[in-house]
Amino acid sequence: TMLRRMTRLLSGARQARHGEQHAALHYHIPLQDLKTVFPQGLPPRFIMQVKTFNEACLMVRKPALELLHYLKNTNFAHPAVRYVLYGEKGTGKTLSLCHVVHFCAKQDWLILHIPDAHLWVKNCRGLLQSSYNKQRFDQPVEASIWLKNFKTANERFLSQIKVQEKYVWNKRESTEKGSPLGAVVEQGLTRVRNATDAVGIVLKELKNQSCLGAFHLLVAVDGVNALWGRTSLKREDKSLIAPEELALVCSLRKMVRNDWHGGAIVLTLSQTGSLFKPRKAYLPQELLGKEGFDALDPFIPILVSNYNPKEFESCIQYYLENKWLQHEKAHTEEGKKELLFLSDANPGQLERLCAYL
Amino acid sequence: MAAPCVSCYAALSCRLFLGGRVSLSQKQGVWKAAAAELQTGTGSQILRLRHTTGVSTKKNVAALRRETYTVDFIKKQIEEFNIGKRHLANMMGEDPETFTQEDIDKAIAYLFPSGLFEKQARPIMKHPEQIFPKQRAIQWGEDGRPFHFLFYTGKQAYYSLMHEAYGKLLEVEKRQNQLQAKGLFSEKTKTKDLIDSRWLIKEELEEMLVEKLSDQDGRIAVRRVTCLVSRSSYYAQFIRLLERLLTLHCGSEEEFVQRFRRSVTIQSKKQLIEPVQYDEQGMAFSTSEGKRKSAKAEAIVYGHGSGRIKVNGIDYLLYFPVTQDREQLMFPFHFLDRLGKHDTTCTVSGGGRSSQAGAIRLAVARALCSFVTEEEVEWMRQAGLLTADPRVKERKKPGQEGARRKFTWKKR
Repeated sequence: TMLRRMTRLLSGARQARHGEQHAALHYHIPLQDLKTVFPQGLPPRFIMQVKTFNEACLMVRKPALELLHYLKNTNFAHPAVRYVLYGEKGTGKTLSLCHVVHFCAKQDWLILHIPDAHLWVKNCRGLLQSSYNKQRFDQPVEASIWLKNFKTANERFLSQIKVQEKYVWNKRESTEKGSPLGAVVEQGLTRVRNATDAVGIVLKELKNQSCLGAFHLLVAVDGVNALWGRTSLKREDKSLIAPEELALVCSLRKMVRNDWHGGAIVLTLSQTGSLFKPRKAYLPQELLGKEGFDALDPFIPILVSNYNPKEFESCIQYYLENKWLQHEKAHTEEGKKELLFLSDANPGQLERLCAYL
Repeated sequence: MAAPCVSCYAALSCRLFLGGRVSLSQKQGVWKAAAAELQTGTGSQILRLRHTTGVSTKKNVAALRRETYTVDFIKKQIEEFNIGKRHLANMMGEDPETFTQEDIDKAIAYLFPSGLFEKQARPIMKHPEQIFPKQRAIQWGEDGRPFHFLFYTGKQAYYSLMHEAYGKLLEVEKRQNQLQAKGLFSEKTKTKDLIDSRWLIKEELEEMLVEKLSDQDGRIAVRRVTCLVSRSSYYAQFIRLLERLLTLHCGSEEEFVQRFRRSVTIQSKKQLIEPVQYDEQGMAFSTSEGKRKSAKAEAIVYGHGSGRIKVNGIDYLLYFPVTQDREQLMFPFHFLDRLGKHDTTCTVSGGGRSSQAGAIRLAVARALCSFVTEEEVEWMRQAGLLTADPRVKERKKPGQEGARRKFTWKKR
């Protein structure tokens, strides 16, 4: 526990020193960082926990450590490597992704974080026919939300990066070559109709410019299996739309291809938000389908599994320290065994169990 | 006009009286009603009215009279029962001489299979003494004099029993005093084991004596002054007397006392414990089955492990996403404090999510019996872990929407 308290005082800046000896320990993210780095992307239950405890603590786990190790040793001259985090429901894929994102943010990378790709393929209200490409559809609402969050996350880069082409929005507005990326983002935010195109432009520019080496680019997509699955959106004549017909999905797919260098791509599979996939599917083959698997091949799969005994113990200790577990038996060995059995060392289940304990 | 009415009226009331006499337990109300009829006036219209009321009271009397089975009737029934028993033995191909009541029950259950849940509603063939309620024979002779000397106490059987018991108590005391005087009195504590027997309950005693004991308290008269020394009922007094008899170490009166005790059997001796089997690697394991509603489960519990459970090849966390089901699985292990010590593999089919969980729980509990001491098996049985849940879906009845729900009641 002493070691644990020590690491709890570590701020995010010393993350670079997270090594094997820090496994199963919690580290503390300052709340200020949370607002800048994670305007979107944290799971809602985690946000509730942060609000309750008034502090954000993430557990350092082996998959995240592995990823950090790879990222530290990336060779930016080679094409971007794709890492896919996969695992059962509730094992901690999204939070591992957030850990990695935070690390990269501290290392001054440019973060391109799509919190949940599933949100772009289901329950969209306003679908417009794209002005850029007649066969595709625009999603102004989702695109504008994403642009806003992107702006909050990467303020300082928006003025540094310069656009390399001229983009004409409509008869009256256009963005000149050499103007900062911030202008494109502003345009997308003010003219909601062009938000999707703005997103596409941002992604294209970033991809082209990361090869130049001015910054490192991290593409983090949660629920990437949505890009190759099915949508639940329908046209006016009630016929289904394929994901290829959505402009946002197209631009993302181009982003996730490894034909650029100067950064890394970290992806997460998720069954929870996925459409038309069985509950027990968690392998990349099952969730991505043949098309997605071929598109993402080759990639480095990283399995995120349930807690091992040490991590479980650490999690319980964290809850006890924050006085979250109020039951008398929670301190005893029997109580811990009960929790272990009931949650089967699954982080999500444990969190849900403890919520009412 | 008035005279014949009065005479027929008198005849009626006579009949009422006679009807009242045959069964002793006839209500006083009838007597009172008859008396009232005689006393009131004799106006002609009122007479006519009373005539009709007389008829109606006569009908009531006939209905109120309890069915008395005459001794001849019972004898005839017994004969018919014995003949029927021999016929039944013949039908089943058994020997009529050695055909016991259990054989009769089995034969009836075979010939008349019934799906009714209530055991007492199924067809039975028993000795008439067990079917017809015991009735007291007429307790006075032709001259009206009662046979028993305690008849006028009202509860002759009860008081005669108390008299007998007290007599025995006095005898035993006298004998013990004599032995003590002679010096041969030995303190042999020959109290028979009273753990697996209990006293008769009041209903059983009432049935035995064919008398109602559930009346007011039995007051004891002490020296001409009827003061309430102890406000205890008849039944309690009787039991106290018998216990007093027991404490005096009577050897000879034991049969008398044992007549009033019933045995209480302990159920757990019927529990079947699976033997532990060993597989190739030498790991101890045990298999058993469990059922709940329409789900059947078979569980294999290994002696040493880390608490993993696989259901139909899938991890139990994925198979039972609901916490309630996982709590059901946890119950047997948690009860025996063996949460992380056994590995389990189960197969389950049928039923729904909750009944599958219940079936696995039963199977796991039964399998764990073989790894655990007898005492803990008894605890498990008392906790209800080893009993199969008998609840099944109740049948829908015609005229109702469901098993219990009736159709919406409409006033018009």
